[in-house]
Amino acid sequence: MKNKYQVNNKGFYGEYGGAYIPEMLYPNIKELEKSYKVIMESNDFRKELNKLLQDYVGRPTPLYYANRLSKYYKADIYLKREDLCHTGAHKINNALGQILLAKKLKKTRIIAETGAGQHGVAVATACALMGMTCFVYMGVIDIERQEPNVSRMKLLGAKVIPVNSGSKTLKDATNEAIRDWINHPKDTHYIIGSVVGPHPYPDMVAKFQAIISEEIKKQITENPTHIIACIGGGSNAIGAFYHFLEDKDVKLIGVEAAGKGVNTTSTAATLAVGSQGVLHACMTKLMQTADGQVMEPYSISAGLDYPGIGPQHAFLQQKGRVKYYSVTDYEALNAAHFLSRREGIIPALESAHALAYLNKMDIKPTDKIIVNLSGRGDKDLINLTKTVQ
Amino acid sequence: MILKKLFDTAKDPLLNIYFTAGYPKIDSMPSILNELEKSGVDMVEIGIPYSDPLSDGEVIQNSNTKALENGITMDLIFSQLDKCSFSIPKIMMGYFNTVFLYGVEKFCKKCEENNVNGVILPDLPIAIYQEKYRVIFEKHNISMIFLITPETTEERIRYIDSCSTSFIYAISSSSTTGKGTDIQSSESYLNRLKEMNLRSPLMIGFNISTMEDFEFASAYASGGIIGSAFIRHITNKENLNLDIETFIQAIRKNNK
Repeated sequence: MKNKYQVNNKGFYGEYGGAYIPEMLYPNIKELEKSYKVIMESNDFRKELNKLLQDYVGRPTPLYYANRLSKYYKADIYLKREDLCHTGAHKINNALGQILLAKKLKKTRIIAETGAGQHGVAVATACALMGMTCFVYMGVIDIERQEPNVSRMKLLGAKVIPVNSGSKTLKDATNEAIRDWINHPKDTHYIIGSVVGPHPYPDMVAKFQAIISEEIKKQITENPTHIIACIGGGSNAIGAFYHFLEDKDVKLIGVEAAGKGVNTTSTAATLAVGSQGVLHACMTKLMQTADGQVMEPYSISAGLDYPGIGPQHAFLQQKGRVKYYSVTDYEALNAAHFLSRREGIIPALESAHALAYLNKMDIKPTDKIIVNLSGRGDKDLINLTKTVQ
Repeated sequence: MILKKLFDTAKDPLLNIYFTAGYPKIDSMPSILNELEKSGVDMVEIGIPYSDPLSDGEVIQNSNTKALENGITMDLIFSQLDKCSFSIPKIMMGYFNTVFLYGVEKFCKKCEENNVNGVILPDLPIAIYQEKYRVIFEKHNISMIFLITPETTEERIRYIDSCSTSFIYAISSSSTTGKGTDIQSSESYLNRLKEMNLRSPLMIGFNISTMEDFEFASAYASGGIIGSAFIRHITNKENLNLDIETFIQAIRKNNK
């Protein structure tokens, strides 16, 4: 069966997914659900999006053979250079797709949540390009630690709304964006930045990010042995895995943020420590107390600092199709420094988690490993330089 | 069924008051319930605190946060209810995750044991409820109460009506709770609802904080629900009991 890892006609991946939304959002979600596939599959939409991806984003991004990294690990290591996308990360693939969709749905006001600020910058960019009003919700802790991205969003004309509730990070920024949508049901489209949220978002965002693996397929002559990607909500990972899900010869590896360690309370490794429940309107796995209260995650990487995960990942873990591991702040920082010096590429702290996993693998000389380099590290300079010896 | 009887026999508009369990103090619930019953409130909606209450505005969010800081849990809510003996109909309102983690069956059983007559879970959509959970709730005689909003289509309102077993919670504006929109601006929507002659009685919620609001809403429905205004009123108050009485008296013209 071709679609055994994809969403079913009720919006579920096995027991995960669905749209656990309050009635206030029913018309919005219903409208999206009815139209997203029709719009995304229409010729003029695809043409418009592909043109933007090529001329504006700079796609296809290179699949770079990392020579010195390969020598070190004694195997073939390739980097899928999503860091070279306009705005510096894969997030723009989804932001542009959704903004075109919002235009087709005749929406005039765009809202988004952001953690690291990469999605916020991507949405602010897309809004500037299309002349749409843009509001980005961002936790005050993230505003502090990702200041360069806050300035970028403001330069691009977006209004950054500080979120003071809860843990003051991505989870709460998402809550506030959903509340905004409840309060503006008619003119607003909510551009969710990851493969999370109510159906059809996980599937829609996955389809926009699937361009990553679509390109990889064209850039290789034979399948890799492994594809590795970092996971917060999981959009770059789904994008990198998407067209390989049915290729059993390719091992797919998702790397979560262990923070200070999965045995501590300071972690964001949802699949390692979480359990089944509803977060941000979908049934998935999340970090929660025995009483069903959502726990506050921790990771040095703001983009991975999320207590949930996309429902498709929860399903892929259950099915055993993707293996999920985690690496700590320390391991990720070291990997970021190593790539900077070894290849002249400063990776985002998020992507550094995927790179760090190379040190934990039992690598064979015949391995061909693709690491999805989801973003660049300019935004992380403060954290990165703090630890340079 | 107690809720059905309440609507069938009501002569005056029904007043439903929402409050958050565990707020302002961890053990406030029994005395709040006591005072509300004494003040002649017709039914109460007990909020189950949740860390991420998506459909709530700041006032109820803050009461949830405080209640959780106070240490309230689902077990504690039920054990507090267990010690109360009130005849006033009780509804529990919360978010699906806490009920899911507690166990839907166990939750329903506890509700039944503690004379809870209805449940509102705004983020459990009807389709999923009907498919997976209706049987469990009905087995324990718990009525699931669904919401409708000004954006709900007539077709869907009719469908929700057909799924309802006690009353429909009609939200007066498309918003989160406690926005304080003038309820009179919902007139055409409320008129439309009234003219639909639904099978189920309606209770209007959101944007009701004064006697005028309550009377306005009651003209279109069986009564009204007050949440944020009540929470705001009992926040930082010395004498909770006296305060509740004053609040209810200000809403109701003719005290029972």
